[in-house]
Amino acid sequence: MKSSLRNMVMVLLLITLIASAAVGVVYQLTVDPIQAAKEAKIVNAVKEVLPPFESLNKEVKAIPVEGDTVRIYTAESGKDVVGYAVETFSKNGFGGMIRIMVGFLPDGTINSTSVISHSETPGLGDKMEKSKSSFALQFEGKNPETFKLGVKKDGTGDVDAITASTISSRAFVDAVKRGYEKVMENK
Amino acid sequence: MSNLKIFTKGLIKENPTFSLMLGMCPTLGTTTSAVNGLGMGVATMFVLIMSNIVISMVKNVIPDKVRIPAFIVIIASFVTVVQLCMEAYVPSLYNTLGVFIPLIVVNCIILGRAEAFASKNNVFKSMLDGAGIGLGFTLSLTLLGMVRELLGSGSFFGYKFIAGDGMLVFVLAPGAFIVLSYLMVLFNKFTAKLK
Repeated sequence: MKSSLRNMVMVLLLITLIASAAVGVVYQLTVDPIQAAKEAKIVNAVKEVLPPFESLNKEVKAIPVEGDTVRIYTAESGKDVVGYAVETFSKNGFGGMIRIMVGFLPDGTINSTSVISHSETPGLGDKMEKSKSSFALQFEGKNPETFKLGVKKDGTGDVDAITASTISSRAFVDAVKRGYEKVMENK
Repeated sequence: MSNLKIFTKGLIKENPTFSLMLGMCPTLGTTTSAVNGLGMGVATMFVLIMSNIVISMVKNVIPDKVRIPAFIVIIASFVTVVQLCMEAYVPSLYNTLGVFIPLIVVNCIILGRAEAFASKNNVFKSMLDGAGIGLGFTLSLTLLGMVRELLGSGSFFGYKFIAGDGMLVFVLAPGAFIVLSYLMVLFNKFTAKLK
């Protein structure tokens, strides 16, 4: 079709109008499921890192750190605190941001950890996921008071790094450490 | 060209990965495992079919000078739809494909088919063309992902059958180039006669 200023403007206006309306409708349809999927992921991660509990305290402590937030979820059975699940992060991963959930018992002992999201190299740094290697298991049952949170190779602590992924391991340790500090300050 | 030929040419003669060598960025980037390759292929195929259908429908009312922006808006809308649906209903796949979903917009296969085929043919033929090329792309990506996963992590579609690691280099970027080049050699050897 031959172009004139009038038909070019009209056609583009019409196409963008229809396209944005269509995207808007799909957004409306998916906004709830997306939110639900994100929340389910958090709740599952909390359940995974703590011993069995009855309910989660509705009050979630959100602590701003370095332009991001660390969230502390408190798990209770009756009136007793079973443990704290901390959603913590590190910006020093090989692929940038790493978000993990760390479960602490009331005395500060690490119960378990779970990776929420990361962009580490598949086959190397992604071994921080429990399904891929035993790296994350070495934290379980350790209390950071005696188990120093630092990579052994760097001489700063007791953590064995993932082979060929020292940067990812360091970032993971960094995130656990941040979680521990915040939980101790705010529990 | 017969309808059957339009559909099947995307598999071998105009296979986007091994023959046309289009869309190399997602090809190399996402194929760390067979499932990732398959997911990327299917998402691209969906966008390709839908954009081909819509573009062939509106081709007569779009002025020549603004056809590229018009095509891109249509393609980008479908990509956004795919992205939102994936995030809502298959979050695990969405997490792995991540940044590559928005990049479907700039995958040259899609604009290429819109420009070369859909803007000149009717709706049905354009749909077949999109399905054929999309299927060729999906098969190539799945094959590439399968080989890389097999060599790199010793598993097949996530089912692991060796303890420990495979040859890690195949999961990383250099492995993508190596596997792609060897597959291309084999592809050319076996299809030389067909062409």
